[in-house]
Amino acid sequence: MEKILKLLEENARMSVEDIAGITGDTPEAVARKLDEYAQNHIINGYHALVDWEKAGVSRVQAIIELRVSPRRESGFDEIAETIANFEEVDSVMLMSGGYDLSLVLNGKSYQEIALFVVKRLSPLEGVVSTATHFVLRTYKKEGVLFGLEPLDEREFGL
Amino acid sequence: MNYEALISPRAAQMRPSGIRKFFDIAAEMKDCISLGVGEPDFKTPWTIRDAGIRSLERGRTFYTSNAGLKELREEICTYLNRRFGLSYTAPETLVTVGGSEAIDLCVRALVQPGDEVIIPEPCFVCYEPITTLTGGVPVHLPLKAENAFKLTAQQLKEAITPKTKLLVMPFPCNPSGAVMRAEDMEPIAEVLRGTDIMVLSDEIYAELTYGGARHVSFASLPGMKERTVVVNGFSKAYAMTGWRLGYACGPKPIIDVMTKIHQSAIMCAPTTSQYAAVQALRHCDEDIERMREEYDMRRKFIVNRLNGMGLSCFEPEGAFYVFPSIARSKLSSEEFCKRLLMEKKVAVIPGNAFGESGEGFVRISYSYSMAHLTEALQRISSFLQELDA
Repeated sequence: MEKILKLLEENARMSVEDIAGITGDTPEAVARKLDEYAQNHIINGYHALVDWEKAGVSRVQAIIELRVSPRRESGFDEIAETIANFEEVDSVMLMSGGYDLSLVLNGKSYQEIALFVVKRLSPLEGVVSTATHFVLRTYKKEGVLFGLEPLDEREFGL
Repeated sequence: MNYEALISPRAAQMRPSGIRKFFDIAAEMKDCISLGVGEPDFKTPWTIRDAGIRSLERGRTFYTSNAGLKELREEICTYLNRRFGLSYTAPETLVTVGGSEAIDLCVRALVQPGDEVIIPEPCFVCYEPITTLTGGVPVHLPLKAENAFKLTAQQLKEAITPKTKLLVMPFPCNPSGAVMRAEDMEPIAEVLRGTDIMVLSDEIYAELTYGGARHVSFASLPGMKERTVVVNGFSKAYAMTGWRLGYACGPKPIIDVMTKIHQSAIMCAPTTSQYAAVQALRHCDEDIERMREEYDMRRKFIVNRLNGMGLSCFEPEGAFYVFPSIARSKLSSEEFCKRLLMEKKVAVIPGNAFGESGEGFVRISYSYSMAHLTEALQRISSFLQELDA
């Protein structure tokens, strides 16, 4: 059944009939499995991969490296959860290497993100330092090329 | 100059590819979606490309020995043993320019004017013209959908005459996707035992079989190695079509003659490709598996969809083609393809391009991304609905 997850990771809009055709299950069994995945939070949502630049909507994205001091009891979890609850924050990940938390932020403008970092993120207890990197252009996201039509140079052949 | 009078009659009589015109229309058509290619959509795995680049950087730009790099021939033997339980040695192995050259050499090494070559059809299109060029006589053996396009012992027996020199075994099969399992091949082997009939086993799709059992090489059946030339290559298994590299393994006296012809016509297979191929055989079993799994997923997807729209197809167990019956449309293969192209801009290949017994079927390649397949299938479905209306 892990196969279903792989198929949906590739294309979240694949119909249960198509999935069933591939896995050899009945469409009903696939639908039941999908409900189960949702209930168990194995599938946590479905998103469209939007190229906002092409859509003509100005959006700013930033990646923020955060160094924090872990708490004695909860380690990094408590502060990570606090940050994850901010609406502006798209993703929060605990990292190995030179810093602790990596955030992805979406905002309407550079100022909005800058203000968020200065006013809300930096003052949080436990935050030692922040480094903000603005995204200039997205070429590929979640395995999908943006703006580049894959070219099929193959000829007809027998 | 009167070129028509100058051209050798045998060359002039080679069956022209009747659907070239059809391809040309499709190639020129804007927004046409093709399901017509006969090669992988994957790029050659990076490590193989890198090995080719490194061989160039090191200046390995000379001819190799005629039969191919010894290192490569030894790796081919190791690979064939590891994957298919075959036991060949480097002197029984010849590296060629694609599987196609190996087929050409095998036919030319064996067939004299008047010799009969049994060609089960529908099949890849090169066996017949190569046979007629040597003066051999192609004997077309129409395979049947009710036998899942497998060759049966009965059919073979009926086709054998005292002039039969060679049997072509084109499995896993382009265009039908048919696979001969061990239990299907044993009765064929039994018909051949005690005869002098040779077998050209074209196993270029050997790595692409689905549904459990792995491909069984015809040469691995008891008593068959002595009469079989196994043709295989890198194009399909490693997505290396453009590298033009294949090979043949068989009885040494025959490989020696094939090497002699190859020496005169070709000299040696491309050196860069040979170095890249060594890397492929040593390190890329996992890449084969990754691509095979992807094909298998698309295969199930497309078979399910086609059956759902009433284009019934038996389950193809190999290669990357489905071969559905278009009986439901009440059109001939060519009409079906022409109208589908003109009305919906989808190009599939008429089954009769692969032999008369392919009439009533079309070949659909699933060597495309899921998004591409989905769009094409939607168009085919709406084409059928409009036919019904």
